[in-house]
Amino acid sequence: MAGSKEIKAKIGSVKNTQKITKAMEMVAASKMRKAQERMLASRPYAEKMRQVIGHLSEANPEYQHPYVLPREDVKKVGIIVVSTDRGLCGGLNVNLFKQVLKTMKEWQDKGVEVELTTIGKKASAFFRRFGNIASHVEGLGDTPHLNDILGAVSGALKAYDKGDIDRLFIVQNEFVNTMTQKPKQLQLLPADASLGEGDLETEHSWDYIYEPSAEELLDGILKRYVESQVYQAVVDNVACEMSARMIAMKAATDNAGDLIRSLNLQYNKARQAAITQELSEIVGGAAAV
Amino acid sequence: MSTIQVNIVSAETELFSGEVSLLVAPGAQGELGIKPKHAPLLTNLKPGEVRIKRDGQEDENIFVSGGYLEVQPNVVTILADTAVRAHDIDEAAAIEAKQRAEEALANRKSDMDVAHAQAELAIAAAQLELLRKLRR
Repeated sequence: MAGSKEIKAKIGSVKNTQKITKAMEMVAASKMRKAQERMLASRPYAEKMRQVIGHLSEANPEYQHPYVLPREDVKKVGIIVVSTDRGLCGGLNVNLFKQVLKTMKEWQDKGVEVELTTIGKKASAFFRRFGNIASHVEGLGDTPHLNDILGAVSGALKAYDKGDIDRLFIVQNEFVNTMTQKPKQLQLLPADASLGEGDLETEHSWDYIYEPSAEELLDGILKRYVESQVYQAVVDNVACEMSARMIAMKAATDNAGDLIRSLNLQYNKARQAAITQELSEIVGGAAAV
Repeated sequence: MSTIQVNIVSAETELFSGEVSLLVAPGAQGELGIKPKHAPLLTNLKPGEVRIKRDGQEDENIFVSGGYLEVQPNVVTILADTAVRAHDIDEAAAIEAKQRAEEALANRKSDMDVAHAQAELAIAAAQLELLRKLRR
């Protein structure tokens, strides 16, 4: 059995670690509340936007915008990966990357190239090995702003405009509740009717009245649609990150507690063994006299 | 009297959701009145006032700084860039913004600045206009 002094030192170090994880848990908990509020506040916009675009793709417009036209021949797909900047948030990023890798493999098996747009340091660090990151943003902080992500989004949109990519997906963490976050994949472009959740009962073909012109209007609204979806994904991801970190740090704190308990037991055993040995030595010594 | 479901959302929050008998919105090509059973319509909005008329209830006024309006047979959606309820408009801030924009227009530097300042000016002016109207 290890010496009681070593065990004492070990207990001290585990206690220090526990203090740190406890502090991180509390910081994450307070940030989580704000992040969730922000997520819930901007959610209706993204949802309604998705609905409108869903309706739009069911219409039979006079002007077919490239963003709603399905492309049959897919040569290359773009995936936007939304990850966190910092680690220590459990399996959040790893689960997400597994989903991305699965999707990438599916496309590559079909002979389709994959190009990535990464948001957050973790995604770029992970996918750098695959060498196909088209654009990247990081350092969005706890309160992401739309302006910060516009560069990366417009990069992906330009590639789509030019026909470099034929599909655009986004993979993000979906906030289910504080305990559960799961990876979610969504097709951004071309926009299809599945977005509208089929809430329109239309048997006949119809079209909107456009004011001013269909071209100008659709250009603006479809760009806004992609931006809003990516922004919402980023805001969701912050809420996911904070919850995941809180849970991970809570588990770490609990585990440190268990470890301290078992180390204490070991320490007491070692101490008792030392006393017993000392006693038996004294008794042995007395008997020898 | 028939009604239509109206949802007004801005990038920050959901402002209104309910049954409405008449919706008046500031379309880019002129003011629009939307009644139930309106034909499907898609248009952009300029800064101005969205008026909501409901049976047996007071009108509600919401200021939007621009955005999009979609009309479907059973639902109307306004996707506003930013929106505030009329009585939440900060008059002092609007006056200040207007002055700032006017100054920027007076000593213009580049086309970019001008476009930006003009947009700000339009928003501030529309806010003040709405406030004046509500006071009367």
